[in-house]
Amino acid sequence: MELITPEVGLIFWMTLSFGILVFILGKFAWPTILKALRNREKNIEEALQLAEKARQEMNQLMATNERLLNEAKQERDALLADARKLADIILEEARQRAHTEYDHILALARQAIKNEENAALINLKNQIGALSIEVAEKLLREKLSGEEKQNEYLQRLINEITLS
Amino acid sequence: MIKKLFFFIFAIFFPFTLVKAENSPVKAAEFKPGEMIIEHITDAHEWHILSIGNTHISIPLPIILWHEGKLHIFCYSKFHHGQSDYGGFRYMTDGAYKNKIIYVGNNSLGNENKSPTIPLDFSITKNVASLFLSVIALIIIFLTVARAYKRNEKHAPKGLQSLLEPIIIFVRDDIAKSSLGEKHYERFTPYLLTVFFFIFFNNLLGIVPFFPGGANVTGNITVTMMLALFTFLITNLSGNRHYWQDIFNTPGIPWWLKIPIPILPLIEFLGLFTKPFVLMVRLFANMTAGHIIVLGFMSLIFVFGNINPAFGYGISLISILMSIFISLLEILVSFLQAFVFTLLSALYFGMATEEIENSNHK
Repeated sequence: MELITPEVGLIFWMTLSFGILVFILGKFAWPTILKALRNREKNIEEALQLAEKARQEMNQLMATNERLLNEAKQERDALLADARKLADIILEEARQRAHTEYDHILALARQAIKNEENAALINLKNQIGALSIEVAEKLLREKLSGEEKQNEYLQRLINEITLS
Repeated sequence: MIKKLFFFIFAIFFPFTLVKAENSPVKAAEFKPGEMIIEHITDAHEWHILSIGNTHISIPLPIILWHEGKLHIFCYSKFHHGQSDYGGFRYMTDGAYKNKIIYVGNNSLGNENKSPTIPLDFSITKNVASLFLSVIALIIIFLTVARAYKRNEKHAPKGLQSLLEPIIIFVRDDIAKSSLGEKHYERFTPYLLTVFFFIFFNNLLGIVPFFPGGANVTGNITVTMMLALFTFLITNLSGNRHYWQDIFNTPGIPWWLKIPIPILPLIEFLGLFTKPFVLMVRLFANMTAGHIIVLGFMSLIFVFGNINPAFGYGISLISILMSIFISLLEILVSFLQAFVFTLLSALYFGMATEEIENSNHK
């Protein structure tokens, strides 16, 4: 029976000590603890939200970077292609020009050679003329060295004139 | 922290640490498991620490009696285990007033005809002492934790704080918030936390078989009765109009259940008292039963040992294993009972503070 009979002494002490416990903890411990917990939860919540926002911003930033990079790459490719084309054009032009120059020079050279040739030929003709005159003079001198020969020749010349 | 705790324990008991060693007059008494068990789970005026052979070491606790308008305070050791009277009081070891202190007047031991008067016993018994210990320990623990919270509010919890924080959050979120709702839970959370930790701490202390533990505080009907009474008072003092209307004029039931014979109001009114009664009995029975089982297994050793010492040694292995198992179970039960008591308290508070809009759709 003792086991299930409440005792007045214990009722008194239990009320007193449990009352004190409830009062002290309720006044000094729980409000502080619960407030701190609430604040920390709020902080964590905020921090998480901030982190999420930062992550999103990072993602956006990364996407922008990617886009910029792609754009830059495309631009570079375009520039390179342009440059190559330009180089080709320049090269082609140069080749063309060189070709015409070459032709021109060739023509000039040919002209010069021809002129030179002509000059040489004329020169040659003159010399040959002079030479043949000289030869003819020498021959004539040889042939017409005697009186008789001169007379004969004169005679023939006169004959020739009269005949004609 | 632990050092501090021990200091307090020491400080409280220092006046009574006149540790007494004595020889039991009866040698090799027959072992009575029933008596031993009951002795262990009921209250006592001394705190038994250790027995070596027939030498018992225990702390005698102060006796405080209120008798005929006068306060009597003296030490239990004055009774010499009921063998002598002190100041007209006698400690009964047998009979109808077993373990009670009665007033026999100045006539010495002979006068048995006079009907004894029983003084009001406010003694610091084993349970009261254990109660003080646990209350002081709880206050120290939670004031320390509160200080830790105040000091590093923005940081992660450390030490004791991190051990208790999950439990505090559990009580706040899963007990208070879920049964009381966002609106009312803050008002009752401090009480619920106090009750939870008081029961949990004392349950655990009750499992510890040696000195600072060993008292069966939460397995004491008076303690659970007072706890239930606190819950009962808070429930009914914070009951709103809707709560009382539900009890005395329950909406949505046929009128003939209320008039002329108020069957349902009567049942509901009885329910007011059965709820805390059930709280009281559940905690008391669970904790006491656990202790009885552990002690029972221990008793088996001695019961069999009385038949044959070898048998006793043999059975001790099984007994010890079983008591370890039960003790582990008791740790679980300690938590569970603290949880159940707090949860039901929270539910009752929830019923008392429930708003009308919330219950209409039920």
